[in-house]
Amino acid sequence: MKLVLHRRYRFSASHRLNQPGWTREENRRVYGKCANEHGHGHNYVLDVCVTGPVDPATGMITNLADLDAYIERHVLSEFDHVFLNEQVPAFRSLVPTAENICRVLFDRLHEYPHAQLTSIGLEETGANSFEYAGEIRENV
Amino acid sequence: MVYLTRKVEFSASHLYHNPAFTPEENRRVFGKCNNPHGHGHNYVLEVTVAGEPDPHTGMVLDLKELKEILQREILDRMDHRFLNYEVPELAGKIPTTETIAMTIWQLLEPRINDRGQGRLQRVRLYETPDLFVDCLGNGQ
Repeated sequence: MKLVLHRRYRFSASHRLNQPGWTREENRRVYGKCANEHGHGHNYVLDVCVTGPVDPATGMITNLADLDAYIERHVLSEFDHVFLNEQVPAFRSLVPTAENICRVLFDRLHEYPHAQLTSIGLEETGANSFEYAGEIRENV
Repeated sequence: MVYLTRKVEFSASHLYHNPAFTPEENRRVFGKCNNPHGHGHNYVLEVTVAGEPDPHTGMVLDLKELKEILQREILDRMDHRFLNYEVPELAGKIPTTETIAMTIWQLLEPRINDRGQGRLQRVRLYETPDLFVDCLGNGQ
C-alpha cells in the first residue's frame, strides 16, 4: 500500500530576481517588478512529501517531531525572515526564483534519514505554486 | 481517463498509545497525542475515482452513489466518534493519519471498484490543513 505524507510549513522571505550578467534593461524586461533593486517579499508555503513503510509500532511513516525538527534546522532557521539573495549562500550565484528555491530545498531535504523524500511543493503566492521531484524522477 | 474527486468532512477524536511501550516511551514517541483522554480533529477526506465517462450519462460514476458510499462506509462509522474505541476497523491500531487513510482505502476500494465503473485512485486525508496523507493503494 503506497502512502505519501504531506506536511506544510511557512516562511516569509524577500528576494530580488536579477541576473548580474545582464543590463538593467534586460533584467527589467525579463523579471519586471521582481527586478526592483531593494527586493520584495512573499509568504511561502512549503509542502514536504515523504513516503516509506509504516512502522507497525507507531503507525507512522515518520515521526512528525523528527520531520519538524529537520525542517526547522535545514530550512526555516535559514529561510524565514531573511533576504534570500544576501543571506542564503546558495542564492549569491543563483537567481532565487521559486523554481530555484525548490531545487535548493529538495537538495537539502532529500537526505532526510527517517523517510524517503518524494517531492516538494512551494507556493509563492496563492496563485503561483511549484512542484519538484528531483532530477532522477524527471528522467524516468 | 477522467479523475473525479469528492470531498467530505468528519470530526473525530483519537489518541496514540502503544501498550508495548513504557509510559515514558509513549510520551516521548507520541508527545501530546498520548494524552489518555484523547483529542480531536476536523478531518477532510478527498476521494478520487478514475474512469472513462459512461457514453450515455457522461459520468465516471453517479455522484449521488459515491455520496451514499462515503456516508455509509466512512461518515456513519467515523463521524463524531472516538476512533480508537468506536471504530472496529481501527481497534488495537494506532489511528495515525497514515493508518486511517489506509483503512478508508480498504473500506472504499471494494465498494467503488466492484460497481464495474470507475476505480478508486487516491484517498487523501487531511488531519489539519498542514498535515495530510495520500493513500494510492498498490498503484502509483
